[in-house]
Amino acid sequence: MTTNPASPAIPVATDLQDERLIRTEGFKGAVKVGINRVRGGDLGVLPIIVGLLVIWTIFQLLNPFFLSSANLVNLLLESAAVGVIALGIVCVLLVGEIDLSVGSVSGLSAAIVGVTFVKQDWPVGLAILAAIAVGAAIGLLYSFVYTKFGVPSFVITLAGLLGFLGLQLFVLGVEGTINLPFDSFLVWFGQQAFVPVWLSYVLAVLGVAGFFLSQLSLSRQRVKAGLSGRPMRLVVVQTIVLAVILLFAVWYLNQARGVGWMFVFFAALVLVMHYAFTRTKWGRSVYAVGGNREAARRAGISVNRIYVSIFMLCSTFAAVGGILAAGRLAASAQSSGTGDVNLNAIAAAVIGGTSLFGGRGSAFSALLGILVIQSISSGLTLLNLESSFRYMITGLVLLLAVILDAVSRKSRTSHGRA
Amino acid sequence: MLSMRGVSKHFGAVAALTDIDLDVHAGEVVALVGDNGAGKSTLVKILAGVHPQDAGTVNFDGKDVTIHSPVDSIQLGIATVFQDLALCDNLTVVDNLFLGRELGPWRLNEVEMEVQSWKLLRQLSAKIPSVRIAVASLSGGQRQTVAIARSLLGSPKLIILDEPTAALGVAQTAEVLNLVERLRENGLAVIMISHNMQDVKAVSDRVAVLRLGKNNGTFRMKDVSTDDLIAAITGATDNVVTQRAAQAGAAQAGAGETGAAGAGAAAGSDALADEGAQDSRPADWPGEPNEGPGGQGPGGRGPGGGGLPPGQAGSAGQSGPGAAPEEGTVP
Repeated sequence: MTTNPASPAIPVATDLQDERLIRTEGFKGAVKVGINRVRGGDLGVLPIIVGLLVIWTIFQLLNPFFLSSANLVNLLLESAAVGVIALGIVCVLLVGEIDLSVGSVSGLSAAIVGVTFVKQDWPVGLAILAAIAVGAAIGLLYSFVYTKFGVPSFVITLAGLLGFLGLQLFVLGVEGTINLPFDSFLVWFGQQAFVPVWLSYVLAVLGVAGFFLSQLSLSRQRVKAGLSGRPMRLVVVQTIVLAVILLFAVWYLNQARGVGWMFVFFAALVLVMHYAFTRTKWGRSVYAVGGNREAARRAGISVNRIYVSIFMLCSTFAAVGGILAAGRLAASAQSSGTGDVNLNAIAAAVIGGTSLFGGRGSAFSALLGILVIQSISSGLTLLNLESSFRYMITGLVLLLAVILDAVSRKSRTSHGRA
Repeated sequence: MLSMRGVSKHFGAVAALTDIDLDVHAGEVVALVGDNGAGKSTLVKILAGVHPQDAGTVNFDGKDVTIHSPVDSIQLGIATVFQDLALCDNLTVVDNLFLGRELGPWRLNEVEMEVQSWKLLRQLSAKIPSVRIAVASLSGGQRQTVAIARSLLGSPKLIILDEPTAALGVAQTAEVLNLVERLRENGLAVIMISHNMQDVKAVSDRVAVLRLGKNNGTFRMKDVSTDDLIAAITGATDNVVTQRAAQAGAAQAGAGETGAAGAGAAAGSDALADEGAQDSRPADWPGEPNEGPGGQGPGGRGPGGGGLPPGQAGSAGQSGPGAAPEEGTVP
């Protein structure tokens, strides 16, 4: 079944039989494909990696403390809360919508946790659940308005931005700030919880092994089914690169306080969402709705249900992010979730490579994007620059990211990659 | 299998479809022809659940059905290839083929989907270099092949092809026509919309003509010449068409001709006859229920003057109710 009629001696995989297909076999071929892809405007994570390297180099030259273990440990902890919010933004961007109210929703959820946990003496778990439930309910409300009345999502969520900021202030009451007790789980999780050294290495090794084995089994399945497998050398090289990066990062962070549980939690959420986006029917439907809504509808996808799930996920992630931020700050205040939280989350998703035009992006863009944003923020803080500069520079980076998105989209069109 | 009665649809002040009747039986290819704006695509969209009809009934597989959404349509067993193809540009060929019916909802079985995709595309002799590239990078003809391949997944009972060969090359067009014939042999019902009279003549058993949103005659393929069809489509010789329809309608009631203007009464009786025929036979009877149970037809003149064109892909002789089942009627 897999033999090419032209050369019956050598079996050719089913997916490589077209004679016009330029053969790209083995490791070299894979590298070539990668280069062509970048030239065609399918940049992937390349601009972010380059951007991160540039940013780190500049700040390291300006302040040698920047790349120290202690600062990087902090940087990762700081990035978790907004990173989780950015993960929600990735969800809505994938269907071509936007949520401008994630900052307010995160502030509201912080306020709910503060009031129920501290003032009402609820158990911490219940307080957290309540805040998450409110977040999910807000998403449900948005999706109801969106699917029922067809109001553009940016208007709905702009209303939400104001409305839920008001609700946050109302919930907090006259005092305005509620301090969370330092011995509570939430504050411990946000400030003190670090992965034991041995466990951090075990997790890193498990991650690498998981990657390698899944690639290997996928390749075996494909070969068994008569398709082309992945070149073994490529898989090995990728695994080694991943192992070096992960193990070095863990080792370097362990020189200081280590890897925070909060960051591990964020990374785990990213992995779960990555699986959901790429390996489930739901994820496929999300991309389809983002790419061509009418086609998705005609293919029998319940488009409204996808919107409901996406808006609910986004608001829920915003609520979770707000809780993490409250734990990190050990307080829920009137200023929680205001200021640049909103825009940082959106900027992170876009900088990470999720398109504003829908249907393109990945869960990892939240992780990579927030690293860029947080690096800038941390570097500027170390330089003792005022927040005025921080806003301006972050704005500039966001503009660059959006330009890159638009330009690579054009290039993709002209190279037939859409 | 499918019978539509009095179906109407208007968009604002424009009556896109008025009082349309259409019958399609299992194992039959019905071509739907008409000028631009005649309402062909609207009719298709009603069946596909894209727009609901404003009036009229749709009977599918012996049951009156209402098709509110594409999901309803798919669940009934109607697969549609739209004129605008309805593909997601950002997804790969495999993703598009299996969109909405992925294997393994919680853990997509990519390998199996890819293998099946290749099998399907080879069957259509599609020239697609890789199924792992985004549909955006395919040419128009390749996209059309993907859209047709998608309709074959699952197990539809009725396949609607809206301009299936419009963007295809010579070999691919031939494959699509072969495919349509294979579908008929497998007892599926096919509605094919086309502007290409050659394609219509090559594969269809009957031709339904729409003109300005109204029925303008239904013809047995082998009774009708291309000129007559074109006349019916354009309305250039309206009188001739109606005369002919009335004439033929009297001669063989079963041919299901529904003259536009004059033959209203005949159309009504046809409808009844058709329904009676359907009820009295198994729904998937591959033969031609249209021959009608009544004794009106058989004695009259034979169909058309020319008899059977040799090698005609359409149905073989039918000159009376007792006619043998046609060729290619593998149940």
